[in-house]
Amino acid sequence: MNVTTTPSAAARAARDHVLKAENLCKQVSSPEGPLTIVADVSLEIARGESVAVAGPSGAGKSTLLALLAGLDLPSAGRVWLDGTDLTGLDEDGRARLRAQRVGFVFQSFHLIPALTALENVMLPLELAGNPEARRAAGATLQRVGLKERTAHYPRQLSGGEQQRVAIARAFVTQPAVLFADEPTGNLDSATGARVGELLFELNSNAHTTLVLVTHDRGLAARCARMLHMEGGRLL
Amino acid sequence: MKAARLALRTLAREWRSGELGVLLLALAVAVGALTGVGFLVGRIGAAVALQATSVLAADIRLRSPQPIGAEYFAEAARRGLHSARATTLLSVVFNGDASQLTDLEAVTAGYPLRGRVLLADAPFAPGVPAQGIPPPGEVWPASKLLVAVDGRVGRELSIGAAKLRIGRVLIARPDQGGTFAELSPSLIMNAADLPATRLIQPGSRVTYAALFAGDRARIEAFEIWLRAHKRPDERLRDISDASPQVRNAVDRAGRFLSLASLVSVLLCAIAVAMAARRYVHRHLDTVALLKTLGATRRFTLSVALLQLLALALLAALLGSALGFLAQEWLLRTIRGLLATPELPPVSLTPIAVGFLTAVAVLAGFALPPLTQLVRVPAVRVLRRDVGPPPPLTLLAFGPAIAVVLLLIWWMVPERSLFLWVSAGLAGFVAVLTLAGAALVALAGRLRGRVGVAWRYGVANLARRRAESLVQLVAFGTGIMVLLLLGIIRGDLNSDWRRTLPPDLPNYFFINIPPDQRADFIAYLHGLGARTTRVLPMIRGRLTAINGVSVESTPRGREDRENFATREQNLTWTAELGADNRIIAGHWWTPADFGKPLVSLASEFQESLGLRLGDHLTFDIAGESVEATVASVRKVKWDSFQPNFFIVFAPGALEGAAGTYMTSAYFTPGTARSLAQLARRFPSVSIFDIDDLLGEVRAVLDKAALAVQSVFVFTLLAGFTVLLAAVQSSRDERRYESAVLRTLGASRSIVAQGVLAEFATLGALAGLLAAAGAVVAAFYLTREWLELRYAFELWPWAAGISGGALLVAAGGWLATRSVVRQPPLTTLRA
Repeated sequence: MNVTTTPSAAARAARDHVLKAENLCKQVSSPEGPLTIVADVSLEIARGESVAVAGPSGAGKSTLLALLAGLDLPSAGRVWLDGTDLTGLDEDGRARLRAQRVGFVFQSFHLIPALTALENVMLPLELAGNPEARRAAGATLQRVGLKERTAHYPRQLSGGEQQRVAIARAFVTQPAVLFADEPTGNLDSATGARVGELLFELNSNAHTTLVLVTHDRGLAARCARMLHMEGGRLL
Repeated sequence: MKAARLALRTLAREWRSGELGVLLLALAVAVGALTGVGFLVGRIGAAVALQATSVLAADIRLRSPQPIGAEYFAEAARRGLHSARATTLLSVVFNGDASQLTDLEAVTAGYPLRGRVLLADAPFAPGVPAQGIPPPGEVWPASKLLVAVDGRVGRELSIGAAKLRIGRVLIARPDQGGTFAELSPSLIMNAADLPATRLIQPGSRVTYAALFAGDRARIEAFEIWLRAHKRPDERLRDISDASPQVRNAVDRAGRFLSLASLVSVLLCAIAVAMAARRYVHRHLDTVALLKTLGATRRFTLSVALLQLLALALLAALLGSALGFLAQEWLLRTIRGLLATPELPPVSLTPIAVGFLTAVAVLAGFALPPLTQLVRVPAVRVLRRDVGPPPPLTLLAFGPAIAVVLLLIWWMVPERSLFLWVSAGLAGFVAVLTLAGAALVALAGRLRGRVGVAWRYGVANLARRRAESLVQLVAFGTGIMVLLLLGIIRGDLNSDWRRTLPPDLPNYFFINIPPDQRADFIAYLHGLGARTTRVLPMIRGRLTAINGVSVESTPRGREDRENFATREQNLTWTAELGADNRIIAGHWWTPADFGKPLVSLASEFQESLGLRLGDHLTFDIAGESVEATVASVRKVKWDSFQPNFFIVFAPGALEGAAGTYMTSAYFTPGTARSLAQLARRFPSVSIFDIDDLLGEVRAVLDKAALAVQSVFVFTLLAGFTVLLAAVQSSRDERRYESAVLRTLGASRSIVAQGVLAEFATLGALAGLLAAAGAVVAAFYLTREWLELRYAFELWPWAAGISGGALLVAAGGWLATRSVVRQPPLTTLRA
């Protein structure tokens, strides 16, 4: 996996891959001294590919996801997302890039309780300045089977329904990359299976790159590639 | 635009979920306290200004020794102003052989433009407001005039060449004015009758007055026009001449009330800070998510700012409505305080002030935590333990301190008072915090000796130490000001009852001729009146201080100018009255009699900056008299006994011709005996202060009530702190309650624990409040009100038990739902 290139060559390579990480490290300070959570990770993910990141709890999967999505900055190393060097951007720059290219699905759904299902799905479009937000959000909710639930607030929806709203919100911007962190972790197995089904169906229709962190072996097995992580390193 | 849409959409939703209630309530109470006082002070100020203009019987009054031209009246009419004429002259009025020198006032329709003329059917009877002016052929003589010439209503009086019928008895007219000594009894007549009297001859001393009144802006414009067009010998008087002292008093009272409302605003600010902290805590996830979805820091900050602005606007509207209702109610309570029956309209300024206050309080107390919110990293969506970096101390407390100082400066824009109030506030909060911390720690130690519910409750107090302290300070302050007011009000009332006994002098008599002095006093005793000291009185003008003419000394302050240029009443006496206290120098001994020494009242001495040993020169009836300042006295003017600013040593002025004055108490219903007195001693002027005394008593009660009502806002503000505190610990309480009940505690045990916690908190706050109130009352009564302070137990009992009851009741109401919730619902969530 370790590829030694000059920055310009790396940038060129990054254009061919929707995601590219190079020697990523994340260290945090703890009472026992510095703690390495992600150690020297390099990877490339091609456009349209689906990749599962698996591993035991505390392996550093979620931290890697945060670094790849630009939610956090590495202590060392670089990340290119759709050709842009994330480590060279400030917080707002990374936020703008996420608004245009990235979608997220989380274990605990993370819907805004004050907004209806429709408003939650509209939110990323509105942030990106899309004037058709309402129409597009309505259409996406219909695609995930929640046409009748558009005016409901999150607390009026079941867990499965909330996650489907979250999936609609992730796909509505037609992102280049979709990051999913344990998307079925808070759901029972039957609901989890249906949600997983939906995720892959939308992914293949939209030709989105999917990066999935999961404990769910069934879900991981549906990905084209599986990365295994332990102790902060890719095995 | 995007930010505004999201801000309003989430705001509406959060409002429905009750999330913003406490924040809004705290802001509204702060705005209510400020605007209520603002409305009140503004309207009372305007009412007092109107009352002051009644001294002129108009808004502006032009006086001239010549008849006033019609062009002024034409111009006033063109500008939509009301006008009237009043011609005054001194003349002797006859009834048969009886005569009396009288101040005649011949008026035209419309008089008085401001204030009221009071009439009765018999002399010295209670007056009722007159409708219009006397019809032609009719006059309204004052009580004393009627008695002096033995006239009756319905009979005629000879005024110059005319005979005019007595229509009613004049009890009071607004432009009576003048000083005691210059006053002759007055008579109002119709200006149409003036030619028939033939009193106006070349050389007669007549004063012509033009009266104008109307809308304030128009009057101001007209005044400018009039100043430009009037002749040099025409003198213009307006509100500013009318009553500067009253205005000062209103300003001072307004400042006191504003400071009182400041306490409420500060308490509310604490509640706002607590509510904002909870708001931030609950929105960390949302902001992290927004950032994950691509929102920039500017966007998230805009959303937060817009929400705050919308809240401020809402709070300003609600608070202003609250303030308006409060002042409307207050004004109804204190209605009798104001002489004008109709109150001036409300000005809109307090609403703007309310909005600015809300914005300022939010900026100082809610913005710092909110800027923290914006700094929350996006990665929190994956790792809940990640929060915003800790703020800089300066950023966390700087804006709050700046806003507090700004508010204080706005209330008291005087440097020394500002520093005193700021330092006092800082010291008070520091002492209260230290004492509170000690009490909380002590309560934590003692908890082992009480039952399980109390132990749980008191343990909570000690564990949430920071919150407990904030609440202690907030409740302590609220309860303290209420107790303090209670104590001072009680002290004031009992002291006034001591100094204002029912048999306090209610009539003043001046111009008692020296040769009739003994007769007059004997006559008063004969009528059953209780007399006070009798003092001589002569008129004199201060002409020089230490040889420098007062004309050439620098002017500036109004009272200084008044004292320096006004003709003064002077007296001499050997004895210092019990209502006078020497604060500098020495009162004279018999060895000093005959020496040119003078004792000054502190007001006179202070306003002219005089010192012991200064040489004053007076002009007394054309003669120059010099005297040295030997002492300064503090005078209790409310003793209603004869008192003078300037007192000479006996023997220094005895050669000068003067009269005597005294005061006496008459039992109610003495109109008849007073009429006899007026007939027997026609040259003596009688002043009835019975009504004034009644008013003074009523004013005190009502003023205390008004101030106490303002402090109700303080208590309300204290409650918003309680609500904010309970709300901020609600999630934690819900969880604890669920765990306790799962472990087998009954609902009543949990409820008792909550009650114990709040009752202890309230009792501790009450204890601190009582201590603070007693210390403050001791200082205030002795130093400021100059009364004796009597130690009492009730503030302690009321503070501790009242605090415990109030806070326990409020806390229980606010946490009821938490305790009632089934444990499973909480633990599953």
